[in-house]
Amino acid sequence: MVYDVAVIGCGVIGAATAYELSHFKLNVLVLEAENDVADGTTKANSAIIHAGYDPEPNTEMARLNVEGSKLAKDICKKLDVPYKQCGSLVLAFSDDEIPRLKKLYDNGVANGVPDIRVITGDEARKMEPYLSKEVVAALYALSAAIVNPWDYALAMAETAVVNGVEIKLRSKVTAIKKQGDLFEIHTTSGVYTAKLVVNAAGVHAGEIHEMVAAPSFEMHPTSGQYYLMDRSEGGLAGSVIFQCPTKEGKGVLVAPTVHGNLIVGPDAVPCGEDDVKTTADGLDYVARMGKKSVPSVDLRASIRNFAGVRANTNKDDFIIEVVDGVHGFVDAAGIKSPGLSAAPAIAKKICSLLLAEGIEMPFKDNYKGTRKMKRFKQLSDSEKQALIRENPAYGRVICRCETITEGEILDAIRSPITPCSVDGIKRRCNAGMGRCQGGFCGPRVLDILARELGVSPLDILQDKDGTFILTGQTKKAGEGTADV
Amino acid sequence: MYDLIVVGGGPAGLAAAYAARQNGAKKIIILERDKELGGILNQCIHNGFGLHRFKEELTGPEYAGRFEKMLESTDVEVSLDTMVLSITPRREVHCVSAEDGYRILEAKAIVLAMGCRERTRGAISIPGTRPAGVFTAGAAQRYVNMEGYMVGKRVVILGSGDIGLIMARRMTLEGAKVLACVEVMPYSGGLNRNIVQCLHDYDIPLYLSHTITDIKGDRRVEQVTVAKVDENRKPIKGSEMIFDCDTILLSVGLIPENELTRGAGIEIDRRTNGAVVYENMETSMDGVFACGNVVHVHDLVDFVSAESERAGAAAAKYALGGEAAGEAIDVKNGDGVSYTVPQKIRIDNVEKACEIFFRVRKIYKDSKIVVKSGETQLASFKREHLAPGEMEHITLPKVLLDKASGEIVVSVEE
Repeated sequence: MVYDVAVIGCGVIGAATAYELSHFKLNVLVLEAENDVADGTTKANSAIIHAGYDPEPNTEMARLNVEGSKLAKDICKKLDVPYKQCGSLVLAFSDDEIPRLKKLYDNGVANGVPDIRVITGDEARKMEPYLSKEVVAALYALSAAIVNPWDYALAMAETAVVNGVEIKLRSKVTAIKKQGDLFEIHTTSGVYTAKLVVNAAGVHAGEIHEMVAAPSFEMHPTSGQYYLMDRSEGGLAGSVIFQCPTKEGKGVLVAPTVHGNLIVGPDAVPCGEDDVKTTADGLDYVARMGKKSVPSVDLRASIRNFAGVRANTNKDDFIIEVVDGVHGFVDAAGIKSPGLSAAPAIAKKICSLLLAEGIEMPFKDNYKGTRKMKRFKQLSDSEKQALIRENPAYGRVICRCETITEGEILDAIRSPITPCSVDGIKRRCNAGMGRCQGGFCGPRVLDILARELGVSPLDILQDKDGTFILTGQTKKAGEGTADV
Repeated sequence: MYDLIVVGGGPAGLAAAYAARQNGAKKIIILERDKELGGILNQCIHNGFGLHRFKEELTGPEYAGRFEKMLESTDVEVSLDTMVLSITPRREVHCVSAEDGYRILEAKAIVLAMGCRERTRGAISIPGTRPAGVFTAGAAQRYVNMEGYMVGKRVVILGSGDIGLIMARRMTLEGAKVLACVEVMPYSGGLNRNIVQCLHDYDIPLYLSHTITDIKGDRRVEQVTVAKVDENRKPIKGSEMIFDCDTILLSVGLIPENELTRGAGIEIDRRTNGAVVYENMETSMDGVFACGNVVHVHDLVDFVSAESERAGAAAAKYALGGEAAGEAIDVKNGDGVSYTVPQKIRIDNVEKACEIFFRVRKIYKDSKIVVKSGETQLASFKREHLAPGEMEHITLPKVLLDKASGEIVVSVEE
């Protein structure tokens, strides 16, 4: 079969592209190297929908950020993705920094960002009582929001699948050959043929580009480390609290998450493409900078550290274009921050580039454009009662910290993109997200997964391929030595 | 309307329910979130339980079995697979189960016995990659002892808490190689008998004043770096040792699980992470009692049972109309003491004597535990050996307590 479009990569950009394309009468294939979608940068970032005052005016980044943020709100509503418009503050700690706030304000006005203003330190502290006394002024943007980034990508990918898009997991692209007008895409799961290709491979976009053309940009992957704090700390920030941005990034932020936790980070250190390690120095830096904004951040309430890799390149702007001399091949590369915010607008731009490459895109009939999740914890007492009556599995709480029921775990397993790992379940229904980090529910989730997928518990993974949890069975009665 | 609802069917809940029944409470129910009673004891298949309580060495399941058997002879109800979602000041307990759906149960008294959970990698921010193969010791124990699966072949254990020590032996017996037990403090966090029986007897080295400074491995743990730490617990450059291993077990502390307690607005002690309790284990909320590891983390289940029996008896008394009365004095920790339980004593409510449980901050030899009220020394107790890993207790007779005014302070004098 010849696909109309093949999308390489299913992070938030690949997912948004697949979602956009799924509205049209096209045969679309998504190729994902890992065993699940949203498993790279998309799952490890600040989870912010930026208002859009950071990018320089008249750049694609500026336009796509502002447009993408508006679209994100609507998509999250339709697809039932946790999203909260909480506003953001950029802090100035001295009068020297005020001109930088002004510059951001001017950017924002030029970029068409609604509802922004510069406020005094006292006004900022009125909004955020835990803010440092050192803050002298702040830029406030009402439209900034927080989102569950992996659920955002998952929701778009699932909706694409429900509407006919094919997703092939464990399909790492190894070579791309041009055969006449078609692309022959060689992957670890087989060879696929497509008329058009979208390169949404995140930190690996450079490698994919170089399979069809000479290098036109350099990848400069840059790691960012975070602390995720217990929900007990969630009240320390009501909005996203930034410091003045630097060349490396937007600096260390302190922000609430849609799950009620507090997130602190990131730093910015050049790294390898998949280098998601944390370091003592990096974590120290993040902690110190976080406390500069909100001094009462209590690191003893940390429940997890993680690092994500920004897909930075040597270009300042996003690279969203048809590759020079390769008709039908679109790069979506260098999608660094605010890539999450811009994603749906980036997808629309990709579609318009594909259209210009000469493909017809008539709308599908009977598009299934909504998703509704069952989230037990958020229901009223009577709704809980009714749900358990309908299916008793919703009465069995598996994840104690986040109150996630067996019913929700079964929903996750039966969702359009089948998870194969304990973290895949976590990304779909939050089991294991809480303060015990799966200490209690991990073995139970593993058990349910093995049962429902009809495989041995030994085959259940923590996350990516190779992240096996169990190494063998214990000795049987009468056995002399272990069979491990 | 129940006389008593017990939240949690582990050792604390079982002992409290039984004692409450023995003390006259009639309609009692235990709400247990797991599929069976016994709590964490079910996965503790080693022996050493019950030396104080039953004067014999039992395994965890045997110890739990004794109490379950005692309960079977009573009319105490048990609701398994039942998760409590919240507790209100009017002592309504909201709970769910697959079998009974969403229920709101009312009680004259409540005993909180939810136990504790383990600290995780995230809580202590160990740097490095985040591969599979990092387990809390208790989660590993569940896989090995209850599910019948091994979690690794070459193991480094961080922390010398008792579960970590027990798992060092267990993994060794199952054919794994335990390379080291690494403890950041200059002393072990576990019981001395476990150091001897679980590490020394199997030639597993214990590195005191050391910690893990890096984890390597992309998909599964491949290597850890262990370094010596200075007196501020900061790693010393140049002291690093590398271990090739596929598994890290964490035994770095237990935290009382008080989400329900906090949600109900009950006062929590930042030192114990458990509820502030009076002499009879009553919390700041009238008629709500707490006992066992949800109040403070114990070393021995025998003491959990004893404390819970007191809580159960007091809850029964409350349910039968016997509200505790009188002014309370505070119990404070002085030099060398990290916390006390109870934190408050209503002297009028003490019959003969009041026991105070506490932990010390470091190892002491030939020292004294001194109890003072203002400038008055109420009592002094000689101790040959005190260690943070071993919970201490003293018994204060009412006649001494009667001399106290305002507050009493427990401290260690060298």
